[in-house]
Amino acid sequence: MMPPKLEELIVRKIRDGTVIDHITAGQALNVLKILKIRGREGHGIAMVINVESKKLGKKDILKVEGRELAQAEVDRIALVAPEATITTVKDYRVTKKIKVKLPEKIEGILKCTNPNCISNAPREPITPSFRLVSRTPTLLICGYCGTYISHDEIVAQYAVGT
Amino acid sequence: MFKGRDVISILDFTREELEKIFKTALKMERRGKRAPPLLKDRLLASAFFEPSTRTRLSFETAMHRLGGSVIGFSEAERTSITKGENLADTIRMLDIYADVIVMRHYLEGAAKLAAEIATAPIVNAGDGSKHHPTQAMVDLYTISRELGKIDGLNIGLVGDLRYGRAAASLIYGLTKFNPAKVFLISPQLLKPKQEIENFLRDSGIKFSQSESLDEVIEEVDVLYVTRIQKERFPDPAEFEKVRGSYRISPEVLRRARERMILLHPLPKIDEIDSRVDNTKFAVYFKQAAYALPIRMALLSLVLGAVR
Repeated sequence: MMPPKLEELIVRKIRDGTVIDHITAGQALNVLKILKIRGREGHGIAMVINVESKKLGKKDILKVEGRELAQAEVDRIALVAPEATITTVKDYRVTKKIKVKLPEKIEGILKCTNPNCISNAPREPITPSFRLVSRTPTLLICGYCGTYISHDEIVAQYAVGT
Repeated sequence: MFKGRDVISILDFTREELEKIFKTALKMERRGKRAPPLLKDRLLASAFFEPSTRTRLSFETAMHRLGGSVIGFSEAERTSITKGENLADTIRMLDIYADVIVMRHYLEGAAKLAAEIATAPIVNAGDGSKHHPTQAMVDLYTISRELGKIDGLNIGLVGDLRYGRAAASLIYGLTKFNPAKVFLISPQLLKPKQEIENFLRDSGIKFSQSESLDEVIEEVDVLYVTRIQKERFPDPAEFEKVRGSYRISPEVLRRARERMILLHPLPKIDEIDSRVDNTKFAVYFKQAAYALPIRMALLSLVLGAVR
């Protein structure tokens, strides 16, 4: 018998909730931040960071008990972990499994990195808006000033590690 | 096709549309100072949040020449902006008064925001460092008027290709045509932004980048010189370092092609030797004159006075 993998040793199956797998290595904390989970919400949380992955080399995994994700949250996860898969579990059974996908247009989540962009001006009634230029690697373009926003710049906006 | 349309970026226009503007401009040019009052009873709001001489005055002259009138301001310091009013509210007011709003703003994307708010057409007279669509129209029109075509030419741009919006807009504009080759000549520090370079690459136009004007002066049919703009530099020390590089003198031009034309969006400071002004190469004052028929044409088209 093969020895159990590290994550199997640490993390048991969840009854109800969400499993986020294939998170870009080192991004699990950012995913928690995107989900606004601080630990005081009472959900059971399991997280493994930098474990081996056939597909990605290394990856993170996050399990959140008693919590399903809204589409907007799934889109936001795609910003920092474009390869992530999201599995919804109910009564130990997988009820839904999806791969995150960055939408063509991203509104109101990120800030433009160009300090001279009108979308960064205080007091203007403006929602930052970006179009997808490339999925791998992630590259966005600001809908107002045309500045490119790279994957690293997106991750930097979530401020927890890189 | 033009009536009510915003003019935010040269990229919003097809080659056919640009040619329509040029054709209309040629008609305006031929009528000279006796243009018909096509824009009688129409009002242009001229909103310049950043200094300008030629762009603002040529738009205002274009409007007056066609029988229209003009309101506006040429410095934000004399407006309620200083009291903290935002751009959006300023545009809302101008939208109530005017039929067309011509604006220049120091922030990138300002014209796009204005276009989202105003019902009147917004004409971007320069915002930030990438877009100055009507300047690009003037530049393309100048090339086509002086050399009879744009396709098949070798076009060199020299100077500040990073912070200067005229150069960026012309690069974008050239992608609508088929020049033989575009030569981008600038110090490393002032290379075009990555997104512009990518755009040029994706467009399939042949181009090269170099730091030396010497290498390309013999090859170009058009040399577009830009001022290295102090106000675009985040660091004044950087400005001093590259100032005066690529100065065009009669000596430099000795190796130029016989029919090469020298363009400049103006104002020029010391990047072109004043001895060059009287040579056959100097087309930049004529280029400034072409701004008038282009802007008359554009205003007539977006206001629906010409179809």
